[in-house]
Amino acid sequence: MITFKMNNLEVSAEEGWTILETAKFFGLEIPTLCHNDGLSEYGGCRLCLVEIGEGPRAKLVSSCTYPVEEGLVVHTDTTRVIKARRMMLELMLSTAPGSKKIQDLASKFGLTHQRFKPRDEECVYCGLCVRICDEQMDARAIGFQNRGHNRKISTPFDARSEVCRLCGACMYICPACSLRCQGPAADTDICNACLTMEPTCLEEYDELQCWMYDAGRCGTCVQEKGK
Amino acid sequence: MDVQIERVNAFCKKRKSQKKALIAILQDIQAEYKYLPQDALRAVSQNLSIPLIDVVGVATFFRAFSLKPRGEHVVTVCLGTACHVRGGPKILEEFERRLAVKPGDTTPDGKFTLESVACLGCCAIGPVVVVDGDYHAQTSIRKVESLIKQYARK
Amino acid sequence: MKTPAKIKTVKALEKVIQTQQRLRKADKRQVLTVSAGTCGQARGSLKVIDALNASIKKAKLQQKVKVRVTGCHGFCEAEPNIIIHPHDLFYQKVAPTHAEAIIGQTIKQKKTLPNLLYKDPVTGKTASREQAIPFYKKQQRIVLGDNALIDPTEIDDYFAVGGYGALIKALTSMTPEKVIGEVKASGLRGRGGAGFPTGVKWELARRQKDATKYIICNADEGDPGAYMDRSLLEGNPHRVLEGMMIGAYAIGATEGYIYVRDEYPLAVKHVTLAIEKLKKLGLVGTNILGAGFSFEFHIAKGAGAFVCGEETAMIASIEGRVGEPRQRPPFPAVKGLFGKPTIINNVETWGTVPLIINKGAKWFAKIGTDGSKGTKIFSLVGKINNTGLVEVPMGISLREIIYDIGGGIPGGKKFKAVQTGGPSGGCLPKSKLDLPIDYESLTKAGSIMGSGGMIVMDEKTCMVDIAKYFLNFLRDESCGKCVSCREGTQRMWEIVRDISEGKGKEGDIELLEELAQAVKDASMCGLGQTAANPVLSTLRYFKDEFEAHLKDKRCPAGVCINLIRYFVLPEKCTGCLACKKSCPTDAIQGVLKGVHIIDLAKCIKCGACLEACKFEAVETQRDEAIVIMEGAK
Repeated sequence: MITFKMNNLEVSAEEGWTILETAKFFGLEIPTLCHNDGLSEYGGCRLCLVEIGEGPRAKLVSSCTYPVEEGLVVHTDTTRVIKARRMMLELMLSTAPGSKKIQDLASKFGLTHQRFKPRDEECVYCGLCVRICDEQMDARAIGFQNRGHNRKISTPFDARSEVCRLCGACMYICPACSLRCQGPAADTDICNACLTMEPTCLEEYDELQCWMYDAGRCGTCVQEKGK
Repeated sequence: MDVQIERVNAFCKKRKSQKKALIAILQDIQAEYKYLPQDALRAVSQNLSIPLIDVVGVATFFRAFSLKPRGEHVVTVCLGTACHVRGGPKILEEFERRLAVKPGDTTPDGKFTLESVACLGCCAIGPVVVVDGDYHAQTSIRKVESLIKQYARK
Repeated sequence: MKTPAKIKTVKALEKVIQTQQRLRKADKRQVLTVSAGTCGQARGSLKVIDALNASIKKAKLQQKVKVRVTGCHGFCEAEPNIIIHPHDLFYQKVAPTHAEAIIGQTIKQKKTLPNLLYKDPVTGKTASREQAIPFYKKQQRIVLGDNALIDPTEIDDYFAVGGYGALIKALTSMTPEKVIGEVKASGLRGRGGAGFPTGVKWELARRQKDATKYIICNADEGDPGAYMDRSLLEGNPHRVLEGMMIGAYAIGATEGYIYVRDEYPLAVKHVTLAIEKLKKLGLVGTNILGAGFSFEFHIAKGAGAFVCGEETAMIASIEGRVGEPRQRPPFPAVKGLFGKPTIINNVETWGTVPLIINKGAKWFAKIGTDGSKGTKIFSLVGKINNTGLVEVPMGISLREIIYDIGGGIPGGKKFKAVQTGGPSGGCLPKSKLDLPIDYESLTKAGSIMGSGGMIVMDEKTCMVDIAKYFLNFLRDESCGKCVSCREGTQRMWEIVRDISEGKGKEGDIELLEELAQAVKDASMCGLGQTAANPVLSTLRYFKDEFEAHLKDKRCPAGVCINLIRYFVLPEKCTGCLACKKSCPTDAIQGVLKGVHIIDLAKCIKCGACLEACKFEAVETQRDEAIVIMEGAK
């Protein structure tokens, strides 16, 4: 057993666990995007960042890929961490504004605006599709190509795949494809509708319209906001 | 481009078809055909038992590889920091203007491919332009025309 | 006496070394040492060598004179250069046409040729001895110095300077732990950029209980502007190989990889030759010298990816995968190449190891400062008179390097900034010229030591353009995994590009700083973590330039195309027609001896006229007078 400190609480974990796994075990919530329990860790979205160490040498690491160490000191929500997470969300929203998952996360962290020129790629290169195709579906039809700002996910030579079985796993797991946001008013606005505390349908109809406490799913708030 | 699969197989066999030799094998193929033809990549995938998507991933990740056929003469303009400070970008622009291609592309007559490189490590003699492996020291905007003419004759 | 076919024992190797040393001493021939590294060759040294050999043959002096083809001597500005022994003469910028005179006068008659001597660009004084040349005076060339004594394709030359003596010492009189202890005591820190204590790294790998361990020589040298490693590998490959073998012995490794950039064909050639020679002599393989030490070399070539200079990305590349770094721990020293303990060190670090073993840690620790021991090789390039590779003791100031060694800024221009550490480093202004070169002070000032690239910039360099340049480089080279690095460098580049084009908006600089901090904090590997340094350092010291571009839509240095106009200064124009002839769009009007005028409507700002003018009459500043063509004159 490995003992270390997380948010000033002493915790024990098995050797080989990651900080994220340990946090989940103890009920501490750390936001993630490119993580999926059934797939290998990637560490690309940088949302699960936590601060380790103390003093001037403290640094941020992705908790999904960092193995627990004896005596480690972890803080999951320092200002440094929150600021970094916000910027990651702002960056991701600038390329995938239609993703409900990312929109919700942005609202959760208090973002209302993103300041970069929007690129409607609807992809944040989280690699979930690549990993599910490889690890769960054993097809390896799509993968990462090029690098840096030219990175893309595609089939070999952008041609029709010979090994794709049209299973749809990639679409299922994609944070941009799986659930679409109703859409913010401007490309640089954050929708915020889903996390609104004051759904406008109450004003309008004197009754919650979605009946599933998933405020905003029906789109009333957005439509009303736009008026 | 007609790819002789036996050649590709030979390159793979030379390195015992080991997965770790992927990059070296791709370099051999590129040296032979001046680029990486699709069929060659498929053959490598088969020989090394590496999924084609991974072979393509490696081939597109590294700048040294080209998946497009290249021209007879490859012009590489160095854009390292020292060459940049000494006017490298303006020399690249001049080549773009005279050859009417963007970096990475080949002239329609197939004679010249224009490329840029991050640094060749010859900073003292910059701005540097390499054509077909020949290093040209202290190039200038005015030398571009004569360089093109020199190789167009070959 | 020829070196035996196979060297099987320590005694045999000792004998070979002694023999070669004796032969070199006894050789009374005059030696013409010609530098023929990649740069030298590009400047024509091979033709010079041919001409010299022809002249020697013609004069029938083969028994009296030898031409030794070596790697780089460091003074690149003076290439091709020749050092003549025993005269201790240094000839610079030699052309094939000089060969006759060199043989006829200097060799035959011991007469110096004054036109080939180094001439100080400012004082006009000449210097005939290498040590008298200002470029060399303040250097301490303990690592690179041997380049001038060795033909890199001849292992006998390396023996002649005592080569592989350190390996013998380590194998016969030191335990692996003692070797590590010596390297630790020397204070040697990794010369690749991070400056991690080498001995400590080795110790970690030594402690691992794996039977298989690897060492890697990082010759990826991706920092634009840095070429020290190329020079060392091309000019003295055995020095690096010897260092690697000592390291392998120390940590218990049996195989070593040399990862060389694809862009260094001559270095690959010389290292390959050197390894083949070692194989032929039985100095690599099993039970080397009968000392129970087995070792093999492999060469892996890079394929054009700067990120592969990062340890875990390099390992991935050698394993045949894309160069994507991974999270550490586990560190490569514990779990690296193929899952085994691996030590990765830079070329210069490996090249320093034999010195430390031969001369002792105490000797090495006497050089340099408390925290940064020994010497460091820098590539001094850019807007500098004496371009070249300089090896100086740690602690020397930037001012001494740039002015005393470098000879200052050419063309009478003023110093503006010096960039160190490549894309992970920063630009330091005039106020930092007296900074001592060591790991800590450079980091504190906002830059880093890096691998040794030192690019000097003058008043005609735009710092916004430099920030844009580095961000462009980084967004291309980022592997693309982390959102912070991939998107961050792209967005930072967009902001700086907009500023450089006069399209900057209110709030851009604040956003840039906020984004830079996030990229620094959130990225997983060194590339992303240091990607913000060029921007942050230029903002720290040259904010006024950013604000000029942003608020006034001005580029003070006259570089950013959208914000400048080309024009001719009437008072400096001599009417020579040079610029007019060079203009590709016929935008310059003028007659012989008349003031030339640039038609801004036709001007495409290519810069050909500025290059052509020998009287500095073409300018690009926006605030000067603009003359628009109105009928030819």
